[in-house]
Amino acid sequence: MNEGDVTWIGLVLSLSLVAVAVGVSYRERLGLGREMVVAVLRSAVQLLLVALALQIVVDPGTPLFWSWLWVIGIVLFAAFTVSRRAPQLPGVLQVALTANALTAAVALGLTFGLGIFPVSGRTVVPVAGMIVGNSMKSCIVVVTALAGLVADRRADIEARLALGLPGVDAARPLVRRALRLAISPQIENTKALGIVFLPGAMTGLILAGVDPLDAVLVQLALMWIILGAVVVTTATTALSGTRRLFTADQRLLRLRRAADRAG
Amino acid sequence: MSGALFSFEHVGVAGDERPRLEDVTVVLPDSGITALAGPSGAGKSTLLRCCNRLEAPDAGTVSYRGRDVATVDPLAHRRQVGMVFQEPVLFPGSVADNLRVADPQASDERIAELLQRAALDPAVFAGRDADTLSGGEGQRVCLARTLATDPQVVLMDEPTSALDQDATAQLEALMRQLAGDGIPVLLVTHDEAQLERVADHVLRLRDGHLQGALEHRHE
Repeated sequence: MNEGDVTWIGLVLSLSLVAVAVGVSYRERLGLGREMVVAVLRSAVQLLLVALALQIVVDPGTPLFWSWLWVIGIVLFAAFTVSRRAPQLPGVLQVALTANALTAAVALGLTFGLGIFPVSGRTVVPVAGMIVGNSMKSCIVVVTALAGLVADRRADIEARLALGLPGVDAARPLVRRALRLAISPQIENTKALGIVFLPGAMTGLILAGVDPLDAVLVQLALMWIILGAVVVTTATTALSGTRRLFTADQRLLRLRRAADRAG
Repeated sequence: MSGALFSFEHVGVAGDERPRLEDVTVVLPDSGITALAGPSGAGKSTLLRCCNRLEAPDAGTVSYRGRDVATVDPLAHRRQVGMVFQEPVLFPGSVADNLRVADPQASDERIAELLQRAALDPAVFAGRDADTLSGGEGQRVCLARTLATDPQVVLMDEPTSALDQDATAQLEALMRQLAGDGIPVLLVTHDEAQLERVADHVLRLRDGHLQGALEHRHE
């Protein structure tokens, strides 16, 4: 195995760029240093635990039930993470959970139904991780943007409400802005595929000896499914979340402003 | 004396530190310009916002021409009870685009008529980017937009507080014109001189409570 071997010393040295980033944060008073250190430590602990757990799950003798249970855990964790970023949005946990669960179910159904990957202990968790992970990133952006826009542009929404527009229509311009902000990176990622970066699944397949064309087809199908999942999850979260911003008689709820999350 | 436009019965609205309105009972007349006066934090805007249900009272009832506003369709109600806010809130696009948010089917002739009612020359303003308007022009566009729903009442929440003298005079003339056309105006203001100039009736508030009975002036 010489394609992906790193020593413990190499692993520690790989943090050198992060150290530079922490230095920049400290010097520029960005307040992100602590968060970066926490992120590094958490990623180390989480991935090492995951490696242990994956060893069990990928064992052909382990029932698939455990993989699916893991997927449920991924969806739950994603929904909690999304809700933590915008707790001031009413019902955000339920909205994010529903959107992520439904989209993950459809996307995984497509991935395995189309035979892109076989259903096995080796594939279920990583594929679910890719789909839900990408959706989660966009969901975080959309709920954060939505909460900020609604708090800052309350007058805009109320001016439309005062003209007799329903709440969802009154908030639509802001929802569009939040959605564009959240989804654009995934669209750009898809556009840059093969030019800026060679995605992991394809690289892994090629390294494992699969024909490059087959690897590309698998990657394309997966990326398209991820793109669709991201857009559907994010849009569902934003639109369902928007409905909950209004009372039954179409009044805009008063959201407290989220404190800056720097540091 | 005309009938009741809005009736408030023991209306209370909770606030963070103290009630924004407490046990307000009053009947506002269905004609002319009624000013809601008082210092900042008196509860004037809250009272106004209860009229078109942007705010709902925590206690008591607000009735519009005899009907409890909590029981009517809020969207239809808001189209009958138009509102102009303190700062002009203009949407992206042209002036005509702004008016069509209120009336998506509005023809060019209808846009021209609405602009004329707000003392704006349609030839100059209909196609103009809303971002380029002065404060006074923007506020008159907001009034024109409000009129696009054919309201029976217009609520105005300190609409001249950010305007210069000329723009204020123009907007006050438009208020009088509306009242003269049979569209009552509810005006929130803390400007005593403005009260003298335009108000037919004055209701004073302080710390969420009424200060005395409704005063009648010009009528």
